[in-house]
Amino acid sequence: MADVRSTTVGTGVPGQTPALLVSGVAKTFGGFRALKGIDFHVMPGEVHGLLGQNGSGKSTFVKILSGFHAPDPGGTISVFGRQLELPMRAGAFRDYRMAFVHQNLGLVPSLTVLENMRVASVTARKGYIDWRAERVAAQAALDRFGIDLDLDARVGAISQIDRALLAIVRAADDLRAAEMESGSHGLLILDEPTPFLPREGVDRLFALVRQVASQGDSVIFISHDIDEVREITDRATILRDGSVAGSLVTREATHDDFVEGIIGRRIVRKTTAPVDRAKSRVKAEITGISEPGLDVPRIDIAEGEILGLTGLIGSGYERIPYLVFGASKASGGKLMLDGANYDLTQVSPKQSVARGIALLPSDRPKQSGILSMSVADNMLVLDLERFMGPFGLKLREIGKRAAELSTEYEVRPNNPGLRLGALSGGNAQKVLLAKWLIRNPKLLMLDEPTQGVDVGTRQQVWDVIRKAASGGAAVVCASSDFEQLADLCTRVLVFARGRIVNELVGDQISKDNIAEACYGHSSLDAA
Amino acid sequence: MVTQVSTQLKAEPAPSRQKIGRNIERFGLVAVWALIIAIFSFMLPGLFLSWTNFSILFATQAPGAVLALALIIPLTAGDYDLSVGATLTMSAVTIGVLNVVHQMPIGVALLIALGFGLVIGLVNAFFIVYVRIPSLVVTLGTTSVLTGVVQWMTNSSTIGGISPVLVNFVSRGRLFGISYAFYYVILIAIIIWLIFEFTPLGRRILFVGRSREVARLSGIDVGRVRVGCLVASAMLASLGGIVYAGLLGAADPFSGLNYLLPAFAAAYLGATAIIPGRFNPWGAVIAVYFLATGITGLTMLGIPLWVTSVFNGAALILAVTVSQFARGREETDIG
Repeated sequence: MADVRSTTVGTGVPGQTPALLVSGVAKTFGGFRALKGIDFHVMPGEVHGLLGQNGSGKSTFVKILSGFHAPDPGGTISVFGRQLELPMRAGAFRDYRMAFVHQNLGLVPSLTVLENMRVASVTARKGYIDWRAERVAAQAALDRFGIDLDLDARVGAISQIDRALLAIVRAADDLRAAEMESGSHGLLILDEPTPFLPREGVDRLFALVRQVASQGDSVIFISHDIDEVREITDRATILRDGSVAGSLVTREATHDDFVEGIIGRRIVRKTTAPVDRAKSRVKAEITGISEPGLDVPRIDIAEGEILGLTGLIGSGYERIPYLVFGASKASGGKLMLDGANYDLTQVSPKQSVARGIALLPSDRPKQSGILSMSVADNMLVLDLERFMGPFGLKLREIGKRAAELSTEYEVRPNNPGLRLGALSGGNAQKVLLAKWLIRNPKLLMLDEPTQGVDVGTRQQVWDVIRKAASGGAAVVCASSDFEQLADLCTRVLVFARGRIVNELVGDQISKDNIAEACYGHSSLDAA
Repeated sequence: MVTQVSTQLKAEPAPSRQKIGRNIERFGLVAVWALIIAIFSFMLPGLFLSWTNFSILFATQAPGAVLALALIIPLTAGDYDLSVGATLTMSAVTIGVLNVVHQMPIGVALLIALGFGLVIGLVNAFFIVYVRIPSLVVTLGTTSVLTGVVQWMTNSSTIGGISPVLVNFVSRGRLFGISYAFYYVILIAIIIWLIFEFTPLGRRILFVGRSREVARLSGIDVGRVRVGCLVASAMLASLGGIVYAGLLGAADPFSGLNYLLPAFAAAYLGATAIIPGRFNPWGAVIAVYFLATGITGLTMLGIPLWVTSVFNGAALILAVTVSQFARGREETDIG
């Protein structure tokens, strides 16, 4: 394996104080070395990526930086030349001119944009709040970054993208307040802000990040997504097994360099073998779906085919699986599956399950699995009847079967008694795929099957899906992850404004072609 | 390589320590119960720790235990049923009015009382599941309605003289010196335990309670499960009323509601024991008797009556607090 470290290049002016200097930071939890002494630095005005799989030490490092954990003795962290005294009390990172935006964004949905933006300044003050002054300050902050938001809108009612932008503007504004006092720039830490954002949202978020950096602040961008890191960062540090596996100058590194740094080996990209539609039988046919904003006369899926549905957000493609499954009520439409006809306006999820239809929603904690229940419970909920004995459920058998399935689907750790929430995103997804696949569904529908799943595991999830298809299932995969569509699908339907506008087959399926088809139509529509 | 070694190192000593910790959590409540029994025995030598005292305690708290068992069913499915206390009273009073005032055979009176339970459960379920009103609001309303109806039925006075057949079956009949009432509680707890732990239905109820959406998309008929649970709790509460009437030999239109708060406290407190993180019948029964032991001891020490309310209310809040902590770390016993 090539030494990724060899590409290390320093940026910034020699002698300039780094925005962040990490040296020899280690962390041991009861004998387990989560961090084994890491060194890296971030220069002023730099956007710096921080990557790594689950368990690489990434989140431990963020928790140290925010003052939650103290590192093992010997390691130091300095921000703009000032050494942190760790651990700090909650919120003390502000005194070091740092601001954090975590994945959950830390916004209160029931309060307005204005209230959320000014919550720190308002709650710190005693007595009377001058809302007019707060409003002026909030508007000024939004204007500075060119973000157009209604200050009186409830945060729960604005889009996910706007929420992310709001959280970042708020953090950047906090930094600016600290800078006014000290006259120096700050460090903004974005901890996985993107996984639940649609593609266009990510673009707007990146524009904002660039603007923050151009005003002189440094940004640490933590993410699973290699393409995003490549797009937005100047340099990146990769953690693996608690050590720095490499520091890359982004524009000099390839996608594969990143992958190799993250998982320690090269991934051989593999695509699904094409399916000859002329020779294979139509397994499922969806006709006459007409909903407000969605008009799809016909989609047919052949046996063994993995059909991708994609488009820009709001184009309607992502609603198809839910309508077909009966998860949301359809106002019109039919499904023909293996010769049987079903009316989609009447169908319930219960009937769909009985008919051999499977739906794996994208919102894992809310729709797909129960994080507070065990792996075994989640895996076998559809098949409990099979484990009934004369004295009730055979719990031992359930445990045994779940352990077998965990081995088959490479779930790690293989402990069926563990809470689903204790597993990494990728492993949880394997559990939930197993839940549906053990029933050998005739029609398998997936919505963003590898969202929040790390690169190493993505391939495994795709292999599982391919296996289901080659076993004779018709597979539908709704996704806005173009790389996934290109590698996984045998055919891709592109949606715009609720209609199918393009069909890509065989060699036409590539990440760029799919992107072009999606964005091409949106610009036509706009013109 | 490096990861493998480190995970092995981490995994080796963990299971046994985890197991001990889990057992402490599981039987913590039983231990605390034993502790307060020891304390009261020490403070009230010869008085507190007697078979008579405990056999009375086991019998008199039986209606409360039935209520706690009734509560954990909808609670597991994610619904509150505040009306179980009023349903218990309604059932007891129905038996009194039909059996004593209208001279109806006791068997018929019991069936009608259970029938009322079914109706109350269906009414609750209709507004909660189909009209989609929060369960807290609906059952608070039915509580008030039932309380009023009970006062109308009884002219707000106790009806004495309920058939000795019922009294024999509930309180006078004894096994090891304890009234049958206690064994009915154990029987109900066994049935609920078997259903919760060893049937697909039990797992489905749990799924519905943890996430309605995941349950729905897994093909579980969420509405039916919730309706079933609310009907089950109302009918169990009616059964509690039968036990209550049998214990007293009379129908008291007021005191049934007194069982509600301790039953709620017990349901939550019980969720911290035996199967920590889940509402479970054994935890609930143990918690009922734990709380009752505390109150009996305090009463015997001569503490004024108002302390009972303070004790029950504080226990409820404390129990919910503790169960919040337990819930976050649930691991099941499978595998």
